[in-house]
Amino acid sequence: MMIRLENITKTYRLGEVDLAVLKGITLSVKQGELVALMGTSGSGKTTLMNILGCLDRPTDGRYWLDGQEISRLSADERALLRNRKIGFVFQNFNLLPRTSALDNVLMPLLYDPVGVSNHEGRERAAALLELVGLAERMDHEPAQLSGGQQQRVAIARSLINRPLILFADEPTGNLDSRTSEEILGMFQRLNQQEGITIILVTHDAAVAEHAQRAIHIRDGLIADGTFTARGDEPAAGSPATAVSGREGSS
Amino acid sequence: MSRFTARFHSRTLRTALHALRRNIMRSALTTLGIIIGVSAVIAMMEIGNGSARAIERTIANMGADNIVVRPGAAASGGVTFGGGSANTLTPEDAEAIVRECPAVRIAAPVVRARAQIVYGNRNWVPLYIYGIAPAYLDAQNWQPLAEGEPFTEQDVRNASKVCLLGQTLVRELFDGISPIGQEVRVRNVSFKVVGVLRGKGANMMGLDQDDIFLAPWTSVQRRISGTSLTDTNQSARSNQSSQTNTPDSVYPGQVNFYPIPSPTQLANNPTLVRFVSVHQITVAAQSPQQVPRAMEQITLLLRERHRIRPGELDDFNLRDMTEMTRTMASTSNMMTRLLLFVAMISLVVGGVGIMNIMLVSVTERTREIGLRMAVGARGRDILRQFLVESIVLCMLGGALGIAIGRSSSLLLRSLLDWPTELSIGAIVAAVGVSVSVGVVFGYYPAWKASRLDPIEALRYE
Repeated sequence: MMIRLENITKTYRLGEVDLAVLKGITLSVKQGELVALMGTSGSGKTTLMNILGCLDRPTDGRYWLDGQEISRLSADERALLRNRKIGFVFQNFNLLPRTSALDNVLMPLLYDPVGVSNHEGRERAAALLELVGLAERMDHEPAQLSGGQQQRVAIARSLINRPLILFADEPTGNLDSRTSEEILGMFQRLNQQEGITIILVTHDAAVAEHAQRAIHIRDGLIADGTFTARGDEPAAGSPATAVSGREGSS
Repeated sequence: MSRFTARFHSRTLRTALHALRRNIMRSALTTLGIIIGVSAVIAMMEIGNGSARAIERTIANMGADNIVVRPGAAASGGVTFGGGSANTLTPEDAEAIVRECPAVRIAAPVVRARAQIVYGNRNWVPLYIYGIAPAYLDAQNWQPLAEGEPFTEQDVRNASKVCLLGQTLVRELFDGISPIGQEVRVRNVSFKVVGVLRGKGANMMGLDQDDIFLAPWTSVQRRISGTSLTDTNQSARSNQSSQTNTPDSVYPGQVNFYPIPSPTQLANNPTLVRFVSVHQITVAAQSPQQVPRAMEQITLLLRERHRIRPGELDDFNLRDMTEMTRTMASTSNMMTRLLLFVAMISLVVGGVGIMNIMLVSVTERTREIGLRMAVGARGRDILRQFLVESIVLCMLGGALGIAIGRSSSLLLRSLLDWPTELSIGAIVAAVGVSVSVGVVFGYYPAWKASRLDPIEALRYE
């Protein structure tokens, strides 16, 4: 089991009032799954993603990532975890301006000097850019790339440390529909060929359709976790039946 | 592990350089404050050092490095005769001082006299008739002469009848003709003028320094003052009637430095035999700064030579040019400090500029900071990165500032002929200060950046 949440709650304190954003989330995601995390704005899906991505700590509850209980880790420990095991793709790409695609992809290596040598890092980054189809544009800066290309650079960056899990927060929110299809197709390919667990955070049902299943968040609780039929391609080698409808059955 | 830290530091540095290059114009303008500050510090220090050295040289010319050793007071039955009346200083003391005191450059015995100088139908009584050793000319900065050559040690040994004249004396005795080679008479002894001194004007007390007659001290002692031993004590001599020059003193066959003691004297008082005594020893220290050390060394040496037991008073006095040296030190120090202070202000202003821009940069790069944190940067990684950025900025500014400061001071030197002097200290200080400015003024923005919440920062628009 890649991810297991047990009764996760998150409460923000606004002055005198406690605002409960997550009210007890229990779910699990298996290794190699492509899951969509859905919900309207204000539903708590972003908060959940922040907790899943180790950017934030739950107020209460337990969280196992790759078999490690991490709900009580310090900020520095979580930073290390994010560096080693988690990749992020954002809606607005978040590439460093006036920095070549290659250097953008290499950026996370700065925070893990033990990992790979400079030479190895460059080779790996080049291979990743080739994987996302930007082999010819390694020296281009973000301003010289289209939105889709920028997002592909961001995907390559998220993969530089060979993460176990990839979080994509509205990855197609700033892209037109054709480019969105390309990007989502890339996620599917990564999921199937590289076996990377991917969690797509979206409010768009059309995006969620690319996932093997969708988890709906409503008012800080899970509404249901249903299977969605894969749109275009058959889910080769990843039997949808392996995941139970309800969560917490690990 | 050290390999990894090295790798980490090199990557941090590369990232910082890259971040600065990303906004090259802004980085350049930001560091301009540091460049100006550092170059001002360097230029000011070099100009300050140069002027201080020039002032030092000027004042040293006035004899700031001089120490005057005079004998103590002679006393007779409760009546003291004032400083310098004892006969305790010998020419050998002068030789010993220059030989054994490392802080001393020159020590020259001086014998004083007062007499009328006659040339043709003119006469004059100069303020100073000094019997000296040639080294005295160096100590008092009389070298080089206006005309002629100084007399030599050989002349001193032979008590030669040669002399040097000051400008005033030349004016009074020689009406426009060159005195070189002429003979002047002092107490019926003819002295050949071998040189004329440069004009020095009045000294600090307002006395005319050019009203001077210089001859070998042996000659003055033997031929002008008359005898070698007793005449030094003017008070003791005052009741004597006017002296006459014996043929022996006018034309001595051989100069005899040592009075021949009788066998009885030798038997009774072997140590009390006084050699020829001199009125003072003029000493020049290695530098004006060395004067206090030289005075200590001379005191020790003379106490030993004069067999003064611990607890007994010195039989000699030392005088330095305290007033002069103090003036010199305060002038140059104050000037350098003032300039440095002004330059430091510009460095601080530059530092504030750096802080300002780094704060703007942190705000502007909030999303980048959030992203870096999301991919695994810890707070201290962010702190370090921004700190390194501002330090690199300051160091580059410092390096450029040193170059500009150096070249502008060289330019001033070559174009305006200002005295400037390379100051390694200023360069070291400038580098140190610019790094500290980077740390001090970069710390707050970097700290602010490190405290950002990654979630907030990522969402920042």
